[in-house]
Amino acid sequence: MTNKTQWLRHGKIKLALHTVRESMEEGSHPLLLLHGLGERTPETLFDEFSSWPGQIFGLDFTGHGLSDIPKGGGYTAELLMGDADAALNQIGPATVCGRGLGAYVALMLAGGRPRQVRGAILCDGPGLAGGGPQPSNPQIIHPDPHCAPPPDPMAMAELSNDIRPADYAMSYVLQATHLSPVIHPITVCAVQKTKWITAVCEAIETEESTLKDALEIYSRFVPNEESEA
Amino acid sequence: MLNENIPSEFRRFAEFPGARMPHRRRQVDSHGSQIAVYEWGDETASPILLAHGGFDFAATYCQFAPLLANGGYRVIAFDQRGHGNSDHTALYSWAADLRDTLAVANSIGPEPIPLIGHSKGGSLLTQFAQAYPHRVSHLINLDGLPSRRRHPDISDHERSRLREKELGNWLDHRLACAELKRSAGGLEELARRRGRMNPRLSHEWLCFLVTQGAQRDDDGWRWKIDASMRFGGFGPWNPTWELQRLPGLSMPLLGLLATVSEEMGWETKEKDLLPYLPPRAEIVSIEGAGHFIHIEFPDEIAKRVLDFLN
Repeated sequence: MTNKTQWLRHGKIKLALHTVRESMEEGSHPLLLLHGLGERTPETLFDEFSSWPGQIFGLDFTGHGLSDIPKGGGYTAELLMGDADAALNQIGPATVCGRGLGAYVALMLAGGRPRQVRGAILCDGPGLAGGGPQPSNPQIIHPDPHCAPPPDPMAMAELSNDIRPADYAMSYVLQATHLSPVIHPITVCAVQKTKWITAVCEAIETEESTLKDALEIYSRFVPNEESEA
Repeated sequence: MLNENIPSEFRRFAEFPGARMPHRRRQVDSHGSQIAVYEWGDETASPILLAHGGFDFAATYCQFAPLLANGGYRVIAFDQRGHGNSDHTALYSWAADLRDTLAVANSIGPEPIPLIGHSKGGSLLTQFAQAYPHRVSHLINLDGLPSRRRHPDISDHERSRLREKELGNWLDHRLACAELKRSAGGLEELARRRGRMNPRLSHEWLCFLVTQGAQRDDDGWRWKIDASMRFGGFGPWNPTWELQRLPGLSMPLLGLLATVSEEMGWETKEKDLLPYLPPRAEIVSIEGAGHFIHIEFPDEIAKRVLDFLN
């Protein structure tokens, strides 16, 4: 374990990007971990990650861990995709592994930056379902301000209510599958089948696997000149 | 004055026939973000709350609000976060706008009051009325009722058809937005720039708006709106969700629609709304009006609103 933290800027927010473990094999691409709702970058890794050859980074999302806590909320999953993109921009092409909310963000990033994400692994974790596939009763979200952050209570409340329609998730799957140099760019390890995860699983070219196998496959990805162009 | 720091050589632009500065200005704290609030009319009169459209600001009501105040109301408007004189926050979202709206409503009192919103503000207040019906006596929507056609200041494209370029552009914008500043220019230049999106509004009115919604920096005038904001939201959204909730509105609804198509318009037509109207809805298409109906026809729209409320 290392304990190195670098600071990234995403708009007005300062984000903490932790080096969780150094590379064990020169030339291997890094792994970016995206935590679940309310979580932060873990200090110790599950055994499954032990054979990952490259460097392992973990990003604390806005309002979580050591990252800034903004005033007045306004969280969206799209904003967190921007957080994750700031990390990707810093570390270069990477495999992205997300838990819960982080899994949804990993999928979005795979669609948003299909040429830089070398496989997205979607795992169970807090905040996987979000607010479901369509709006529920209209509400005004104003959480208890006395809950001490981190995590920001606004993030907890707002990102439990953001809408995640299946067709919207599918648009990111299509971007990734059409444009990624990785043959199967999205792997679902999540057991919980939310509406959006089910849609992803049903999509052509989307793989279901164990975390260990997914990491093994993506760690072996070697870009060719065309895919790096 | 909303903008007290107008250098003397520009003061002539801050005059516009019928435009009146608010009588009072205050701030409301919304979970740590400061929201600028303006009031016209007698402080003890019955309140009405106004919400502006996307990329507008409360001062765009400087002509319309005084007409309602003359009708015997205390008229309250606010700058949405990132707009006008409200805080430039780190994050922007629909949920945050709704929460800020509630903070402003709470600063007025617990009694149900009429709400008037234009464009995005109309959509925002419609959702407010659905979430907090006990706080709304009447809902008046100025060309912001949902349509299956398009909503330029909420969604710039149909969200389910994302393209690599759009996604990449949005992410590139997020990577760069910490350093962005709105470009400075002459006062009339800013008015002309805005005129490209508001072709039906007079140059004199747009110059007046610059004096209220822009600031004079060393290198020129610059719109106050947060440079990290982009026109339209980004994320999943479907107009059908809004349309299908309309019939459940319990308070009287007055919907005024533009009839002249323009860049910023929502293109909502009466016939599209018919299957979704709540029991006490009155929908009126304003002949010859573009999207900014209350700016193009302030007297007519104010009269219709006052008749509806009375």
